[in-house]
Amino acid sequence: MKRRDFLKKSAGAGLAAGAAFSLGGYDKVWPAEMANAEYDMVAIMGGSPEAMFDLGIQEFGGMGTFIQKGQKVLVKPNIGWDVVPEYAACTNPALVTRVIEHVFRAGAKEVYVFDNSVDHGPSCYRTSGIESAAKKAGAKVVPAHSERYYQEVDIPGALVLKKVKVHEVLLDTDVFINVPILKDHDTTRMTGCLKNMMGVIWDRRWWHSNNLDQCIADYGLFEKKPVLHILDCYNVMFRNGPRGVSRQDIVQMKSQIIARDWVAADTAATKLLGVELEKIEHIPLAAKMGLGTTNIESLNIKRIQM
Amino acid sequence: MKKSFLRQFRILFSTLIFICFFLIFVDLQNIIPEKYITALLSLQFVPSILEYISLKTVLSAGFAVVIVLTLITGRTYCSFLCPLGIGQDIFSRIGGRIRKKFRRYGYKKPFTVLRYSLLGITLLVSVIWGIYMLTLLDPYSIFGRFMTFFAKPVVVIINNFLAAILYRFDIYSLHHFPLTAYHLQVYAIPAAFFLLIGILSLTKGRLYCNTVCPVGTFLGFLSKFSLLRIRFDENKCTKCGRCAVGCKSSCIDFLNYHVDVSRCVDCFNCIEICPDNALSYGIVHIREKNTETDEGKRKFIAGSLAMLLGFPASLKSQDRNVPVPGKGSTVKENKTSPVCPPGAGSIADLQKNCIACSLCITVCPTNVLQPAWLEYGVAGMMQPVMNYHKGFCNYNCNRCTEVCPTNALRPLVLEAKRLTQLGKVNFIKDNCIVKTEKTACGACAEACPTKAVYMVPYEGNLRIPETNTEICIGCGQCEYACPVTPFKAIFVDGNPVHQVAKKPMDDEADIEIPTEFPF
Repeated sequence: MKRRDFLKKSAGAGLAAGAAFSLGGYDKVWPAEMANAEYDMVAIMGGSPEAMFDLGIQEFGGMGTFIQKGQKVLVKPNIGWDVVPEYAACTNPALVTRVIEHVFRAGAKEVYVFDNSVDHGPSCYRTSGIESAAKKAGAKVVPAHSERYYQEVDIPGALVLKKVKVHEVLLDTDVFINVPILKDHDTTRMTGCLKNMMGVIWDRRWWHSNNLDQCIADYGLFEKKPVLHILDCYNVMFRNGPRGVSRQDIVQMKSQIIARDWVAADTAATKLLGVELEKIEHIPLAAKMGLGTTNIESLNIKRIQM
Repeated sequence: MKKSFLRQFRILFSTLIFICFFLIFVDLQNIIPEKYITALLSLQFVPSILEYISLKTVLSAGFAVVIVLTLITGRTYCSFLCPLGIGQDIFSRIGGRIRKKFRRYGYKKPFTVLRYSLLGITLLVSVIWGIYMLTLLDPYSIFGRFMTFFAKPVVVIINNFLAAILYRFDIYSLHHFPLTAYHLQVYAIPAAFFLLIGILSLTKGRLYCNTVCPVGTFLGFLSKFSLLRIRFDENKCTKCGRCAVGCKSSCIDFLNYHVDVSRCVDCFNCIEICPDNALSYGIVHIREKNTETDEGKRKFIAGSLAMLLGFPASLKSQDRNVPVPGKGSTVKENKTSPVCPPGAGSIADLQKNCIACSLCITVCPTNVLQPAWLEYGVAGMMQPVMNYHKGFCNYNCNRCTEVCPTNALRPLVLEAKRLTQLGKVNFIKDNCIVKTEKTACGACAEACPTKAVYMVPYEGNLRIPETNTEICIGCGQCEYACPVTPFKAIFVDGNPVHQVAKKPMDDEADIEIPTEFPF
């Protein structure tokens, strides 16, 4: 490529990105326009992860409820560990594929997938099967294991985590869809929607050494929130989490929770996992910061048995 | 100018070999399968000898092939297979570009005493004491260290530059690799050798190979009995002397129609240079000339010593800036032994077999393998050591054990590696966030692949780590993850001799699977 062409193209790419951002406008999609949806949460049980998602998303009026044509979408699974899919330490790759397919069908221009893994990043992408699953569906799999990819942002209203470095792709995309997996967790007792955000930031050590639970809740205040949470509860690690030691740590619950409210989704998940909410710090803290409700009885939940 | 097929073939072949060697050392994404690496390395002379001593299998006897090859063809190893030799040829070419004079060699007398003394000392030290001299002088190891210490960072920089450009175009096939430096002092020896070999090859052709390199000297000795060699056709020779000027080994004494085979590396340049076709490669009827003894120029040693003293210390350590919690930790980690890599068996075994080529260090995806400074003592300098502040040993990886050319790291299948206990975990409660800050942490237990570190109830909803050294494999994930500084609250103390860890718990599930929604 000639130098001149290169400059032209990079300028073009920059303009396009800027235009998409200002026109597509993240705030326009979120948080209003919920009138056409009846339910706060849809819980499905008994099918394959893909079939459950197909059914569940219909109850929200399809992916189109959350995405406008031509938008750039971030789908953020849990790819934390260098572990094969059967060990359920990372989000089910088949579910990731299906979510991305729905996102494209709703008219998204581009879909991005990344996670700041705990194990060696590229190995996690490969072993978890999520890299190939996402590419199969046409998404772009973005590396996240170097500080280069992160930019510092402010979190107004946070008690501890006033500044944090987040992945650029999170800032550059219009819509954010959270696809965590439900697991036991040694420290926070449970990992789900809120805890999954530790994969979009760079310095987890800082969180760990500065009141982890409050940091998780604080992060929820960051303006770029997920519009939808798809909590994978198909294979569930009920002990030795978040990494798991053997296949015996996994039980097949064949469930899925889809919700707009992450605090509510996590609260419901505690019941699946059999952990008392009182034992978990970060979920009530997040509720206290106004991120959602732990009072799921007050919500309109659609329950589907397949 | 006429072309010599032999020379063209040599250039093509050695270029390919060099590219292969270069690639295995800078394969950032670990794409090259281990079997190709093993195959490529199987003919490296010193590594193969060490592998044979430790394995005693026919397949590991690549050195025997080299000996036979040398007895038939002369020192072709030095021109065709030795990456350091090929690298020097490249340097010589560059030298010629800089100044034509640098590529005009001419016949010189050999440093016979010096080269055989160096070979003798190396052998003697290796047999009596240990392989430390080989570590220092084996050409493959020297090349490996050049690649790992100097070439790889350049490749990483280029890769990162390209990755950044592609990133702007929404293409993510290349990713950014953090550029980290090793312990600064470890660069001293490779840097000194780089200067020495670099300058010698730029200006004096293969002088290093024919003076210092013990493999060169040994194969040179064998070449004296080789079947094929460069020969003179005295009838055709017009004594123009071009062959001697072009000989990078400075070994052609055209006035006497004599080629010093112990220094000739079979580059075939002379064949191509000779305008009268007086030189060819073939069977020579041995017409032994009396070999002159040479006192050797002491200037050379003095010069190399001077170079050893003046090495540049340019690379800076680039540790990540990790924000520190309010108070630092107070209790020092009490490490009694360094942690040696999986497959080593024990520190003693590692010292016996490792020639510090640093291939394991460069293939390690998490950078936990670092060249040692004084962790193993002076003799173990540059050998691989696990550094859990730089990285952790990925549970799902055994790459280092698969590529080692000397069998210093024995191949371990994943299942075996996961039960190999490199060290044992130690928890320092007084440094732990949970105790000092009274907030949740558990980064160590989270990352532990066997749950040798696990959380138990502490105060309120807080949980604090506890350890089970029986199932600990010493991978260092806990130590790496621990956010406490300057001393970690959890660390791995090395096992000087590796042990077998117990299998982690895997009893039956005891949870009720909900058949209806519990909410």
